[in-house]
Amino acid sequence: MNITVKFFATLRDGRGKVQVLEVEEPTTTRDIISHFNIPEEDVAILLINGRDGDLDRPLNNEDVLSIFPPVGGG
Amino acid sequence: MATMHRYDRNKNCISAVEQERLAQARVCVIGCGGLGGYNIEMLARVGVGHISAIDGDVFDASNLNRQLYSDMDVIGQGKADVAARRVHAFNPDITITPIKAFVSEENGRALLENHDIIVDSLDNIETRKTVAKLCHQLHIPFVYGAIAGWYGQVSTIMPGDQTLEKLYRSKAKSGAEKKLGNPSFTPALIASMQVAEVVKILTQKGDILQNKVLFIDTLDHEYWVQPLLK
Repeated sequence: MNITVKFFATLRDGRGKVQVLEVEEPTTTRDIISHFNIPEEDVAILLINGRDGDLDRPLNNEDVLSIFPPVGGG
Repeated sequence: MATMHRYDRNKNCISAVEQERLAQARVCVIGCGGLGGYNIEMLARVGVGHISAIDGDVFDASNLNRQLYSDMDVIGQGKADVAARRVHAFNPDITITPIKAFVSEENGRALLENHDIIVDSLDNIETRKTVAKLCHQLHIPFVYGAIAGWYGQVSTIMPGDQTLEKLYRSKAKSGAEKKLGNPSFTPALIASMQVAEVVKILTQKGDILQNKVLFIDTLDHEYWVQPLLK
């Protein structure tokens, strides 16, 4: 199945804005972020198809992940 | 004369009744640094009548690249006191209360209660979570803003909303700002959006960012409002 992964802010460094991965079922978001060497602590906002997501949920074909790092300055 | 004409240029956006609502409002800004300086400045200029400015810190040289109230003469002085002096200089009719303290679970309730809105100008995630919890308990809207380098985000959190849980799902205590720092333009931009939210909440007009987050990426020119749907 195909999973589209969109990266934001500093997570674009070395990964670009978007990548499409072909993966075997079952695959979770945790598997995807591990594939891209993103520490779990760096996943502040996780959207799956535009909705608040979950690291453990098995993904479906054509799912779109959006991953944002924490932004905490002021 | 100054008082008579002070709000002339507000008139077509903010009616006389709404201007009076702003004058009666009690808004608390937590943090008087990058976001805080601009938030306090714009809240005071638009006519919010009662502002509490909270910060336990003093200005240092590394603040000069972005913090509105920092200058060579105030290095070493308390940020909250300096903010109060600056506001008083352009609008002595505003009650601005400087509070030299850092907000914590212990002192937070006493510092935040009796305000209509709390404005986030904090520099760390941990205290934001504490303040969001206190705002929920005290039934006070929390206008969230955060920055890191080229990036910023804004949201309006009403009591009971689970917004911060969606924006900070990990346990990270700080964010990309540790790597990127903060330049001069992002705090001004994010604070502008926060003050617009405050004015809209107080005057009950327009669309607010409740259960939504405004993302701003000045590096790649991406700006959009993301609904935070479960």
